[in-house]
Parts: sequence; C-alpha cells; structure tokens
Amino acid sequence: MAEAQAAATGGTAAMDRGRTWVVLYLATTGVVILLMMVFGLLMRLAQSEWIVLDPAVFYQLLTVHGIGMVGIAALGGIAILWHFLSAHVPLRSAALAINLVLFLVGVVMILWAVFIGGFAPAWTFLYPLPAISGGVWEPWAGVLDLTGVLLIGVGFLILCLEMGRAIVASQGGLGRGLGWHVLFGGSTDKPPAPTVVAGTMVVIVTTLALVAGATIVVMTILNLLFPSLAIDPLFAKNMIYFFGHVFINATIYMGVAAVYELLPRITGRPWKASRVFLGAWTLSTTMVLIIFPHHLLMDFAMPRWTMVLGQVLSYVNSFPVLAVTGLGALAIVHRSGIRWDLVSTLLLIAMFGWMAGVIPAVVDATVSVNYVMHNTLWVPGHFHFYLLLGLLPMIFAFMIHLARDEDVTARGGDLTAILYLLFGLGFVAMFLMGGWASVPRRWAVHMPEWLVWDRIATVMAAGVIVLAGVFVAIFLARIPRLLRHG
Amino acid sequence: MTVQTLSLLVSLAAIVALAAVFLRVRALSHTPVDYPPLLARAYRLGRIALWTMVVVGLPVTVWLLRYMPHTTAAAVADPQVVNVSSTQWFWEFDRESVEASKPVEFHVTSTDVNHGFGLYDPSGRMVAQVQAMPGYINVMTHTFEAAGDYRVLCLEYCGLAHHAMESVITVTAAGGSNG
Repeated sequence: MAEAQAAATGGTAAMDRGRTWVVLYLATTGVVILLMMVFGLLMRLAQSEWIVLDPAVFYQLLTVHGIGMVGIAALGGIAILWHFLSAHVPLRSAALAINLVLFLVGVVMILWAVFIGGFAPAWTFLYPLPAISGGVWEPWAGVLDLTGVLLIGVGFLILCLEMGRAIVASQGGLGRGLGWHVLFGGSTDKPPAPTVVAGTMVVIVTTLALVAGATIVVMTILNLLFPSLAIDPLFAKNMIYFFGHVFINATIYMGVAAVYELLPRITGRPWKASRVFLGAWTLSTTMVLIIFPHHLLMDFAMPRWTMVLGQVLSYVNSFPVLAVTGLGALAIVHRSGIRWDLVSTLLLIAMFGWMAGVIPAVVDATVSVNYVMHNTLWVPGHFHFYLLLGLLPMIFAFMIHLARDEDVTARGGDLTAILYLLFGLGFVAMFLMGGWASVPRRWAVHMPEWLVWDRIATVMAAGVIVLAGVFVAIFLARIPRLLRHG
Repeated sequence: MTVQTLSLLVSLAAIVALAAVFLRVRALSHTPVDYPPLLARAYRLGRIALWTMVVVGLPVTVWLLRYMPHTTAAAVADPQVVNVSSTQWFWEFDRESVEASKPVEFHVTSTDVNHGFGLYDPSGRMVAQVQAMPGYINVMTHTFEAAGDYRVLCLEYCGLAHHAMESVITVTAAGGSNG
C-alpha cells in the first residue's frame, strides 16, 4: 500500500527515504529504551539495597530515565504512525531527518547537563527547583538541559506540523481527518482510515502540548539566566502537567496505528472507522486536553471546579479506550482463525496493557483516593502499566514486523511475548503494591519495611530487560538488510 | 478497610476480569466464524458496556466527590491550627502536638521549592497529604483518629535530600493535650 501511495504521489524515492528514516528511528528507540531500562534497574537495585548509589547519582538517573523514556516513547510512537500514515497521506521525510538530528543533539545536551553538570530536577523540572538546587548544580546545567529539551520539542513540533499539513492537503482539513463530516455532517463520503483519524488526533493534541511545553521551558530558562524574572509556581505546574500529560498520552495514540493496520492484515478482517469509532476519537481528543488537572488534585489552591473536572472526566476518558478501541481489537481477533505468533501476541498484550493500565489511573484520579495515594509508587505503577505493557509491545511488534519484511505469515515466537507479559505484570504489580503500602515515589533510599516490593520488582525488571533485549536484537540484526533494500 | 486496600482490591478485580476476557478471546480465536454477525454482537456488547459505565459508574464517581478534602477547611469551627513551613530539606511547625478526635487545620507552605506534606500513621500508612508550594498556603483539615507519633514525609521531589526530609507530629489522646 505504501508503494502504491508513493507511486500515486510520484515519490517512490521519497517513500524509500521515509522507510530508511523509520528504520533509524526504531534502531535509536531500541537502543535508548534498553539503556533507560538499565537506568531504571539500577534505581530499583539501589532501593533494594543490593547496590549502593550516591543519592545525587540516583536522582540524576531518575531525571534521565524520566525524560529519556518520555522522549523515546514519542520517537518510537512517531515511527509507527509515520510509517502507516504515509500510506494514506503524502508525507515529506525531510521532517523525519530534521527531527532525528534535533533529537540526538538534544539528548547529548541533556546527558551533558545531567551527568557532567549534576542537573537533577526530575523530568518534571517543577519551578523553581531548576534554579534552587541546594548547591547541587549550577544554573548553566539547567540552561543546557532545558535547551536540549526545547530542541527535542521543536523537532517533534516540525513533525506534527508536517503531518498536519499532509492531512489537511489530502483530507480537506483536520475536522475531516477526524471524520466530522461523517460524524456531525451526515456526509455519505467514505470516512477517513482509522490511522488517519489517529494521526489527526495526535497532530492536534501534540502540537498544543508542545507549544505549552516550549513556553514553560523558555520561561524557566529565562528565570535561570535572569532570576528576577519570577514565575508563578502554580502556573508553571499547570503548564508542565498539561504538556507532560498530553504528550505522553499522545505516544500511545501514535503507537495504536500498529494495531489498526496489522491486526486487519493478520486476521483478514477490516478495521473500519464507524461513527462510534469516530465519536470515540473525538471524545479522546477533547478529554486528553482537559483532564490534566488530575495531576494537581493535591494543590488545594487550584479552583475546586478543576478538581471536579479532573476526577469526573478522567473516568469519562476511559470510555473510548475500554468500550471502543479495546473492544474493536478483541472483536477483530475473536474466532478469526488467527495463528498466534510474536507480532500478534505483542499486539494483543498491548491492547490489554493499555486497557488495564487505565484502571489504576482512574482509581488514582478519584480525589479521596489521591489524598492518600498521590506521589506514592501507585503512580509509576499505573503509567508503567500502559507504557511497558501497552506502548512498548506496540513498538516491539512493529520492529519484528519490519524485521520480517512486513510478511504477516505466523512464525511462532509468542512464548517470548508471554514471558515479557508475565515479567512486566510482576514488575508493575510491585509498584502498585508499593503504592498500597504508601511508599513515596522518587526516593533514593527506602525504609526496611518497603524492601520486599523493591526486591521482587528488581528481579522482574531484569527479566523484562532480557526479553526487551531479545526483541530489539531481532530488529537490529535485520537493519543492514532493511537499509540495503529500503 | 483503608482507602489503599479498597483501591487495590477494586483495581485488582477489574484487571483480573479484563485479563479473563482477553484469555477467553485468545482461547476461542482459532475457530473462525463469519465476521459481520460477530461484529454486530461486539457493537451490542460495546453499547452495553458503555451504558453500564455511564449509568453505574458516572453516578458513583460524582457521589465520591463528597469526600473532597478541599471542602472541609471552611466548614470546621474552632479547629486546632498548625502552621507548616517547608524548606530544602526540613519541616517547621509552630506546634508539634495536637489532640486526637478534633479537627486539625494544617496551613502548609514552602520557603523555596515544591514539597509534599504527607502524614503517616504509626503503622506507616499514609492518612493525608497536601502540596507545599512557595507563594501559596494550602489549607488541609484532618482529624486524627488515634493518638501516636505521626511521621511527616516529603511527597514531592525537591532535590538531593528529598528522601531524608522527615519530621514527627505527636497526637495525644482526646481531652488530654495542650491542643
């Protein structure tokens, strides 16, 4: 289909370059994910008291692990979305090249700032922590780190604008990309493909998130350079959580293109954009932008109505995922005669991880629960659930799919995926148990009564890394062939 | 049952139910049937699931809003007041002892960066929390049910010694304190 689209747009060579860049994106994603996982393992080992880490080093690892995983989730997610979206709308792969260069330059700056400059404000860099470190780092490290973050954000913004341009040019507008002409206009025109709908949603929400993120990053840099330029801490917190919440959620909406495109090819059953499907995506587009106050439920200075919105709409936001997208994935494989293999099993795990990960998130978005569980290990429990068992299986499935030359014939290997699921479940369950036991998140040193959860989590994390390493190795081993054949 | 235990059990039950659905679908997936009738059935199930979430779940989440801690501060008459100030990496209180069974109003702020004021009961279970922010005073009302030493831990990452930012508030039995 991609080749047909390329031929139709007169750009076979451009399509080939796009595919090459997608391969490079995935290679970078695989290597960085493994590195970030190792950083995570080191932190769990230190909390388990199995190794000794200087707290300063622990918090540096925490900072890099957080920002690194957010960034690489987006890089891997965008590789999936770009690959499948390019079969529906004509994309210019120069944007991919610019973004990757900016991403890599930004990563070097962040690593320099953190490991040389000692900058460790966590990925959230809540104002005014970047400027008030208690003598641990100098302002230059903060400026260097945040400039790196800004470059990465600009790169992703360029990608979003390019995808938005292509969708507008080919579909006639972003509203038509979301299928509003069918949903609200009663049009009998063919609705857009599910991947186009997902791509349109990603363009809208990610662009807004990146603009908000860039704004607060620039303001924080200015504060570091000119301390008299103060920022309201509550405003800064709102901006950071709006950016962070929307951006990390968008990564899974990028990755779901793999589910929409591959499950129909594997089962021979089409995934059509029905009116219910279109309604669900429009609801998700709206909800993901307005539910971020659930990160600020313990900021009692926030207006009360934002708390009500944060709780009620977080629950409503689970409707499209649980009742439409998840159900659609289950329907397409149910009694389909599918022969399960590594790719299809990873995709099924991804849908389970996404749907199941929503559950502890909704529970924590309830104010009375948040009152005793916010900023405990429950929080990393729910976001590791849908990133480790939702997004990453989508990325790994796509890697294996490319490594198999996009041939969807079943080739076994599902046992590896099931092992990944079991170790992953064990790992996130220990975060959730830590939350139940009131263990605070982001602590370099844990109390003796918490070690049991830490130690089981450490063993599970090691298993996850080994299996993730297998998936990445399968892909990396095929890269020379993939690059040779385009 | 604590809120933490109830949250864990509800989450666990929902996740296990979801896993059972996935396992069932996977187990039955090998035998093919016609897709259109199956899809129609899936749509029906989807509608049932959606309406269940709307009719049952939505009223529940709205009902749960009655437990918002933000609403209690203004409603309490003659509370015990504790002014809490946080600084990298220590807590300061204008009183370190309060009485059980009588509302305590914590006025929480920060002199530098964001911190998190987390109250832990003697068994190590968190009973309340609020953010400590520079430039803001967050008011949290909590009534201690039992006497004992309640630890205060920092729940918002605040730099190098975040994990060491601890203190204690002593809660005395009702009617027998300086509160």
